[in-house]
Amino acid sequence: MTTQHVRVTVNGEAREADVEPRLLLVHLLRDVFGLTGTHVGCDTSNCGACTIHVDGESAKSCTMLAVQADGAEITTIEGMASGATLHPLQQAFWDQHGLQCGFCTPGMIMQAAWLLGQNPEPTDEQVREGISGNLCRCTGYVNIVKAIQQAAGQLRESATAPAEAAETVEATPAS
Amino acid sequence: MIPGQFDYVRPPDLAAALKILKEREGEAKILSGGYSLIPMIKLRLAQPELLVDLRDVEGLDGIRETDDEIIIGARTTHRRIHEHAGDGNRWPLLADVAGGIGDPQVRNWGTIGGSVAHADPASDWPAVLLGVKATIVCRSSTGERTIGAREFFLDTFTTALEPAEVLTEIRIPRRPSGAGGAYTKLERRIGDFATVGVAATVRLTPDGSIGSSGIGITGVAETPFAATDAEQVLDGQRPSDDLFRQAGAAAAAMSRPVGDLRGPVEYKRAMTAEMTLRSLRKAVERALAHA
Repeated sequence: MTTQHVRVTVNGEAREADVEPRLLLVHLLRDVFGLTGTHVGCDTSNCGACTIHVDGESAKSCTMLAVQADGAEITTIEGMASGATLHPLQQAFWDQHGLQCGFCTPGMIMQAAWLLGQNPEPTDEQVREGISGNLCRCTGYVNIVKAIQQAAGQLRESATAPAEAAETVEATPAS
Repeated sequence: MIPGQFDYVRPPDLAAALKILKEREGEAKILSGGYSLIPMIKLRLAQPELLVDLRDVEGLDGIRETDDEIIIGARTTHRRIHEHAGDGNRWPLLADVAGGIGDPQVRNWGTIGGSVAHADPASDWPAVLLGVKATIVCRSSTGERTIGAREFFLDTFTTALEPAEVLTEIRIPRRPSGAGGAYTKLERRIGDFATVGVAATVRLTPDGSIGSSGIGITGVAETPFAATDAEQVLDGQRPSDDLFRQAGAAAAAMSRPVGDLRGPVEYKRAMTAEMTLRSLRKAVERALAHA
């Protein structure tokens, strides 16, 4: 079988590799690109530990071939923090103890990020529905839901904050 | 799990895809969302020599509506259909089914055409297409043909599609006034395949009796099937729980479940009757609200 050339953008960086068509996307990320934050859990499309974003949509990277992603923009857990500043979801999982062993956490955070992009103000039930394809065997999900809600609140605040700051600036000369 | 070896092509358009399918007839398998096929390839239950990915083929996704039909492109994801079906004038069972397949990641990528062509005996879409009496459109290098949903599902993972054909769209009759439908799935947990799923549609006549009905069932036979005996029980009768129970019994009698980790045969038959009852109750309630 011949290999095929795959070009992708991973966390904003152009990457390429020659791969066998049977190589799974998660193995391209982990074994070829060295991005081991994306975990392989069940390897049967059930657990969601391998969740990443492909062209903005959450996907289980154990259920996608690397060649399918040719030309796609990919975001993994490694692309979430800005330098030393954790993404609000990462910080919230820390603050709310949204993990114990941590194995499901990268996938959980990526799915939560997609969910909050779709629905910035979810109910607890919508959060649970949104992460229904991600299994956690430690926490019972209570603190995961709390963490996602904390991040949702923070992301809503930061979405409105620049507008308020602008109003303050405009108001200054008049006062 | 490492899949066996295969080749992969991503043709730019449908004509190119059809040409490849013809040249590699019997060796090539179409890849759409991949959420059914890739797990099977990983388990080596399927070992195609060539995957033909339709990702770059334009014109296969999206939803159009004519005066008579809702036309859903084969590559339309479950999520897009769910978003589209939210409108109360459309068949409500489209929203029931599209919002309950797998989990959010599966719905982001899995497509209606992939699901229907795959024909898993416990998949959701086939039951709904049987219940609404949809038409399935497919293309080959020699032309287009349409197949009624009730002639489409032949056996486990086996449909009326020919190896060199591509399923291109699904046509669903528009919901007339006085019509309602519902899809009820029994599953052990979110994301599991249906233990049993029942799609029911009813069209009420002005005097309140059932003018016509459609019952599609998944999970309890070698392939999804239309419970025609249950439809005969319903047609021409006034809706009531008694009638729905009779229809449920007729549906259960047509089922051919196998006992497995989702339950023994007796349980699955009982649940077939129960899910039929529940879908019919909801379908009639929705029909009355759509007079």
